[in-house]
Amino acid sequence: MTDVGGSHVAEQGTAVELVGLLSVEGRDVAGEWVKQVAGTLKGRVSVAELSRELGELHEALVQALGQGAADVHDEQMSEVRALLTELSRNRARQGFSPTETAVGVFALKQVLEPVLQDGTSEEIRAFGRLSRVLDGLGLFTIETYTQTREELISAQAEQLMELSTPVVRLWDGVIAVPLVGTLDSARTQVVMEKLLQALVETGSEQAIIDITGVPAVDTQVAQHLLKTIVAARLMGAECTVSGIRPQIAQTIVALGIEFDGIVTKASLADALKLALRKSGVEMVARKAGQL
Amino acid sequence: MTAPWLPDEAPQIYAITHNRDVVSIRQTIRVLAQRCRLSLVDQTKMITAASELARNTLVYGGGGAVKAGLVEKDGRRGIAALFEDSGPGIADVNLAMTDGWTSGSGLGLGLSGARRLVDEFDLVTEVGVGTTVTVIKWAR
Ligand SMILES: Nc1ncnc2c1ncn2[C@@H]1O[C@H](COP(=O)(O)OP(=O)(O)OP(=O)(O)O)[C@@H](O)[C@H]1O
Ligand SMILES: [Mg+2]
Repeated sequence: MTDVGGSHVAEQGTAVELVGLLSVEGRDVAGEWVKQVAGTLKGRVSVAELSRELGELHEALVQALGQGAADVHDEQMSEVRALLTELSRNRARQGFSPTETAVGVFALKQVLEPVLQDGTSEEIRAFGRLSRVLDGLGLFTIETYTQTREELISAQAEQLMELSTPVVRLWDGVIAVPLVGTLDSARTQVVMEKLLQALVETGSEQAIIDITGVPAVDTQVAQHLLKTIVAARLMGAECTVSGIRPQIAQTIVALGIEFDGIVTKASLADALKLALRKSGVEMVARKAGQL
Repeated sequence: MTAPWLPDEAPQIYAITHNRDVVSIRQTIRVLAQRCRLSLVDQTKMITAASELARNTLVYGGGGAVKAGLVEKDGRRGIAALFEDSGPGIADVNLAMTDGWTSGSGLGLGLSGARRLVDEFDLVTEVGVGTTVTVIKWAR
């Protein structure tokens, strides 16, 4: 037993009582806990897996309480927190609800509840204290769960942003970005950086930015476009903006944005034709019947 | 300017505190613009004006809110949006409304451009108190 210091005799008494609740002679508390939780998860986590998780948790909890831990944030609880973090993260990733996750902790209260009927008054008081500790652990579980979900969501949003902005190679020396959907500053920036990077990687000298799928172009998006075109020019490449629909053209004019000196084409096809011509590719229509 | 909101439908208020709010305001305005049957060109103009004003509210006003909804006057329907912040205010309105003038690193076209994109434009500002910009686009 670790030294808990002379002034902690009362606390040590408490610790013994709390540990006593969790490790009863002739009773498999951890096993009962597993059974209780397995019932609520309806087989979505195997009993073997639960036994491992809750067995370790039970052991760590007994140890922490034995060392005088009274709160989830206590130093002695670090192992318990680590195990709970792992458990909540797994549940969050596997798509369990917050309730299904926290029940893993709260079920232990149910297992120990009979003490309220047939326990001594010390045991009943100890149960009250242990309940508070378990409530803290349950809340900790929900917090970790939420944090994990938020991380997942922002990771997905980032992936989506990457996905929705592909830079495609149309021909040797010609790349294009078809922009689709609402452009916010972050997304426009990502696209433009990817475009410049693709120019370098593919050694292309022609880039087409197609905005057919963009519902509105405001000053911020226009500024990103203009900056990219200037940057591409400095890198020795030429940009063509295609797919400026009538309502966008009228809006740009009313806003007063000047696209002077920037090559624009009505469609992606027209822009490609121009880019090919500029890179020296000639296209000849074949006569019918001729191979 | 007080917007003649539809009597049977209260305008809604949306917070402008994040970049993503600017995007969702564009979508809100689009839905309203379609409901009062603005042409595609007018829809795009109103959405773009809202985008500019929302971003100014966020960037220069330090955040605020927009009240948006349908309006009616002389039997005509339209869409109105009132952007409000309690930021530093604009000391020289004429300068701020000048094409190409920016105190930041923008194109300096948002405010003056927004005025050209809508049918009615009203700016009330007081240094140290805040800025309110109201815009209306009527269906033709
Ligand atoms: N709500 C506001 N509160 C305080 N100052 C404002 C506000 N809105 C605009 N301004 C001032 O007016 C100037 C001009 O605004 P405007 O929207 O025309 O240009 P910008 O935002 O600088 O650039 P952009 O072309 O990207 O919109 C701003 O630079 C800013 O100094
Ligand atoms: Mg602006």
